[in-house]
Amino acid sequence: MSILVSSRTRVICQGITGRAGLFHSQQCRKYAAEECGRKEPVIVGGVTPGKGGTEVDGVPVFDSVEDAVRETGANATMIFVPPPFAADAIIAAAFEGIELIVAVTEGIPVMDMVKVADCLKETGSRLVGPNCPGVISPGVAKIGIMPGYIHKAGTVGVVSRSGTLTYEAVWQLGNVGLGQSTAVGIGGDPIIGTTFIDLLELFQNDPGTEAILMIGEIGGNAEEQAAEYIKQHVTKPVAAFIAGRTAPPGKRMGHAGAIISGGSGTASEKIAALEAAGVVVAESPADMGTALKRAMERK
Amino acid sequence: MKIHEYQGKALFAKAGVPVPRGIVAKTPADAARAFEELGGKLAVVKSQIHAGGRGKGRFKEHPDQPGVVLVRSADEARQHAERMLGSTLVTIQTGDEGKRVDVLYVEEGLDIARELYLGVVVDRGAGGPVLMVSSEGGMEIEEVAKHTPEKIFREPVDAAWGLHPFQARRLAYRLGLDAEAVKSAEKFLPQVCRFFVDNDCSLTEINPLVVTGDGKLLALDAKISFDDNALYRHPEFKELRDLSEENESEVRAAAAGLSYVKLEGNIGCLVNGAGLAMSTMDIIKLHGGEPANFLDVGGGANVDQVTEAFRIILDDKNVRAVLVNIFGGIMKCDTIVEALLDAYEKVGFNIPLVVRLEGTNVEKARKLLGESGRDIITATDLTDAAKKVVATL
Repeated sequence: MSILVSSRTRVICQGITGRAGLFHSQQCRKYAAEECGRKEPVIVGGVTPGKGGTEVDGVPVFDSVEDAVRETGANATMIFVPPPFAADAIIAAAFEGIELIVAVTEGIPVMDMVKVADCLKETGSRLVGPNCPGVISPGVAKIGIMPGYIHKAGTVGVVSRSGTLTYEAVWQLGNVGLGQSTAVGIGGDPIIGTTFIDLLELFQNDPGTEAILMIGEIGGNAEEQAAEYIKQHVTKPVAAFIAGRTAPPGKRMGHAGAIISGGSGTASEKIAALEAAGVVVAESPADMGTALKRAMERK
Repeated sequence: MKIHEYQGKALFAKAGVPVPRGIVAKTPADAARAFEELGGKLAVVKSQIHAGGRGKGRFKEHPDQPGVVLVRSADEARQHAERMLGSTLVTIQTGDEGKRVDVLYVEEGLDIARELYLGVVVDRGAGGPVLMVSSEGGMEIEEVAKHTPEKIFREPVDAAWGLHPFQARRLAYRLGLDAEAVKSAEKFLPQVCRFFVDNDCSLTEINPLVVTGDGKLLALDAKISFDDNALYRHPEFKELRDLSEENESEVRAAAAGLSYVKLEGNIGCLVNGAGLAMSTMDIIKLHGGEPANFLDVGGGANVDQVTEAFRIILDDKNVRAVLVNIFGGIMKCDTIVEALLDAYEKVGFNIPLVVRLEGTNVEKARKLLGESGRDIITATDLTDAAKKVVATL
């Protein structure tokens, strides 16, 4: 089982004529064909304004999301549009009723994301990201930039604010013999579409998920809110890791959202909140896989 | 990007947010002249650095000299300026090394009835800006939040429509402002919120926000930082940047498309991805070492970037060993190793280098490393890498 994606997911790529957009469209298509046994294409089209009517690597390109949806019946999109235009690309997809919008783009102005957040309240679309690796359900579909082959089908739901740290976690899960139901990178920006809580709820309700691994980092209080949610609503075992125990205050650690400001958003506060909610928190980033195993054995 | 108080106040004035009259001084003579020009009996001479706590801060060279001082004559202004300019101000926020003061701001003295706090930030959960005010002006807002949270009042700001006048009145009433000041707040508060949105701020803080004897609100301070991701649409802010306030290596890294933060330890780190980079620092500490930096080479680093990354790490005189931690995804491990070996040659390594690789093409990469004949220590996983690099010290 999986959340967010299924065998009926049909994806367009906004920004498909760019270098990253094209490369990752090809990778997603390859993953669907080789790892998921999909017969029909998973990437059904691309959007680049001004390039409608052309083709790139056999995929039709449209001028607008509107055209792409009408012609292909797409229900998901992944966005590689450059930061100045990315918010508009997200809103365009939401206006066309795309169910799942995965925004990979890093560097979108926060005020643009405020506009996006307002807009998403009015539409039914789910946004994952921005500044995220995307969503993968091993054997079902991959929408994003993560290396498909490190993932194995299984029953662990993974949710993370990070990219490569998620790959590390997935790799460690593999080492202890655990596969993933779905792994989702929710993004490293201050304002994101899908939160820890949204995914905890989806994983809790997904019969294919038996345990949840949550990877947070310094900045904001999303982990504290997630801890509160876990205490009240999550019965499945949960393990976590919080990156940035050694990060100094007031400094942005790569991700726009990873900053301790005004003494809040520290790793220790987050760890304390999660432990109080019964979550097994890995002390070392090398123990994410084993922490999850411990959480499963404890329940 | 942070800017100085005097720059922030100039932007405020342009946007219709009332500020006291003030003049920039770069020499003691400037300061004296500024006092005369302001024409009052009182003026305030304020050090311009990117850090708070200036009033309570003291200069290294003149331990009795505060960073912000009240003066009653042009002569007094000159004397203080002589001690302040070119000296190093240490405040609660600068760390022990302090910050050199090159610019002063001389401001008119005011008849102050009340001191309040105002801050606008982006509320992550609400997905929009939020205006916070407090009756406790001049205090650190974090302290107020910790001890007397009931003294902080918040209103969400609609990014499109701005702060509604009723919200401004609501805050004004909660602060207990009198009728005249409520009227002033009704204009002042929405204007500050508009300023925040229009300029893509990540922080606009006025502490203190003062109410004058005749009921007018005035920004006595201006602490502003901008969203780096939005600077492209504000080209006019470029000249406000003060590179002397920033760490040289961090500026250099940013220019090379790397994300680097200088720390105090002696183990340099080079990692791909921000989360993994933070985790690498964490695991070094966990095994008894101290990281010298955060460094994320990003998802598509090339030879030039990796070389520059090594140079920046090795330019830090504290660094006595380097840990490279790469989880190859889209970025293949062998590509990184090629860049690494190339950089190794160019940079000239003479301290221990521990490399941990995992992910795409890792076998090929390990082989390349092994055949290189370089004195590079390899590690199998995160723990192994951290232990090995700590053991080299």
